[in-house]
Amino acid sequence: MSDLVTGRTGDWEVVIGLEVHAQVSSNAKLFSGASASFGSAPNENVSLVDAAMPGMLPVINRECVYQAIRTGLGLKAQINLTSVFDRKNYFYADLPQGYQISQFKDPIVGEGSLRIVMADGSTRDIGIERLHLEQDAGKSMHDQHPTKSYIDLNRTGVALMEIVSRPDMRSAAEAAAYVRKLRSILRYLGTCDGNMEEGSLRADVNVSVRRPNGPLGTRTETKNLNSLRFIQAAIDYEVARQIEIIEDGGAIDQETRLFDTGTGTTRTMRSKEDAHDYRYFPDPDLLPMIVTQDEVDALASALPELPDDIRDRLMGEYGLSAYDASVITEERDTARYYEAASDGRDRKLVANWMTVELFGALNKSGKSLENCPISPEKLGELVGLISDGTISGRIAKDVFADMFETGKGAAAIVDEKGLKQVSDSGAIETLIDQVLAANQDKVEDYRGGKDKLFGFFVGQVMKESGGQANPSMVNQILRSKLDGA
Amino acid sequence: MSVDKTTVAKIARLARINVPDDRLEPLATELNGILNWIAELDEVNTDNVEPLASVTGHALPMRNDVVTDGNRLDDVLSNVPEGASGFFVVPKVVE
Repeated sequence: MSDLVTGRTGDWEVVIGLEVHAQVSSNAKLFSGASASFGSAPNENVSLVDAAMPGMLPVINRECVYQAIRTGLGLKAQINLTSVFDRKNYFYADLPQGYQISQFKDPIVGEGSLRIVMADGSTRDIGIERLHLEQDAGKSMHDQHPTKSYIDLNRTGVALMEIVSRPDMRSAAEAAAYVRKLRSILRYLGTCDGNMEEGSLRADVNVSVRRPNGPLGTRTETKNLNSLRFIQAAIDYEVARQIEIIEDGGAIDQETRLFDTGTGTTRTMRSKEDAHDYRYFPDPDLLPMIVTQDEVDALASALPELPDDIRDRLMGEYGLSAYDASVITEERDTARYYEAASDGRDRKLVANWMTVELFGALNKSGKSLENCPISPEKLGELVGLISDGTISGRIAKDVFADMFETGKGAAAIVDEKGLKQVSDSGAIETLIDQVLAANQDKVEDYRGGKDKLFGFFVGQVMKESGGQANPSMVNQILRSKLDGA
Repeated sequence: MSVDKTTVAKIARLARINVPDDRLEPLATELNGILNWIAELDEVNTDNVEPLASVTGHALPMRNDVVTDGNRLDDVLSNVPEGASGFFVVPKVVE
């Protein structure tokens, strides 16, 4: 167990479970015909159902149900053909009904699992406990007025999937890998856009610590984290805080906490004594929801290839490393780009150029694959030129930079700038002779036993050739001239 | 099943109903009358009977994913005690 945290009195094991709220991709809301889109004027996307006017009745959106089933299938989970909507009662200004319609006892999706991949390529299966459908709340703004809050109900009633994991994670890194993988699956399925900045995906984090193999400790729940960085920071802070309290002889309160993004700390939001008593009961406005096995089968047969399947293929057929395969398959667009770029090329070399050079350049320039100046075909062309010996890997980096800036093709740039690799042994021999003649003293030293000077000669020859000499030929000829004579 | 004064106070608080102290005991008595009356149903043997969700036999009706509503700010805000720039305005709530 490498994930143990060492405290003053010994080792601690961290236990983490996540509740992720994912906004369902749909045109209309879960129970009304108002638009579910983001960024409209205040209260524009609100129907009388969302505003909870007396006498209004909810009618469920079939597509939202299907999206939840697709997600369940993507998580290899049990789909419950009968599920029930319940009322979760509480008062808040952005919840006009006075209750949230949710699923408590009988959710639409039951147990499933999700495979995470760590940076070292190792994998772990994290259990999914359930997925249920529920309504989102509205948005409160507290900074518009000194004594008032402003309420916008556009988000009220938009469909959410709450996806609850088992407490199977043992470090902040695993929790981040879980959210990243879940987001990836949701985006492949098209059931949630995964946009964490806009709040389409947010996580509540349950954290406790215990002695290795000991009984579970008391957990705290930190609410509403909307970035991978915040999730990890909140966990790190909670783990350190809890260990310190216990080691000082104290006890952890089971409570809900808030993460302060400014300071990276958490603070009490409400404690157990004050915990909300939600008084769940079946919503009398809604009959139990029945879907048929035929419907589920039809949805299953139309699912796209998922990241794990593509990843297995990239590792099995193309020989990519576990890590490269995971990075490439995290986003559907990236996997598509890779398939197009590597078609008919050296698959591993293309993977390498994508994960190192291309992602590096995109990061640095703030661009995404969507508006990448280098098309997949052009990256494939560049790798093709390296594979057939037309240019060296070093020259290729310059060509790549040029391609990224101008959008031109690799062969065109190589021709235009005369960057073709020199693989003519006569020409290379001439260069080597010149370098050796100009450095007679070093040749003597080398032959006298200073082996390390070999690198110096290679460097000089490459420099004289403007980087265009074929490096392996330079090595070979240089060695025969220096050692053979 | 019966409720005591403390439970009534708790339910009232959760429902945001202001019940004066001297009304708690009488309310408990009234509620217990209702609960006891309903408890008569316990005499019926319901072993092996599936819970009945509806007497109509209808399935939950579903709607297509089409935007058919919204853009009715005047209706939505028609009852607000206070509004501004299209928002509901309420006493400050920060938890």
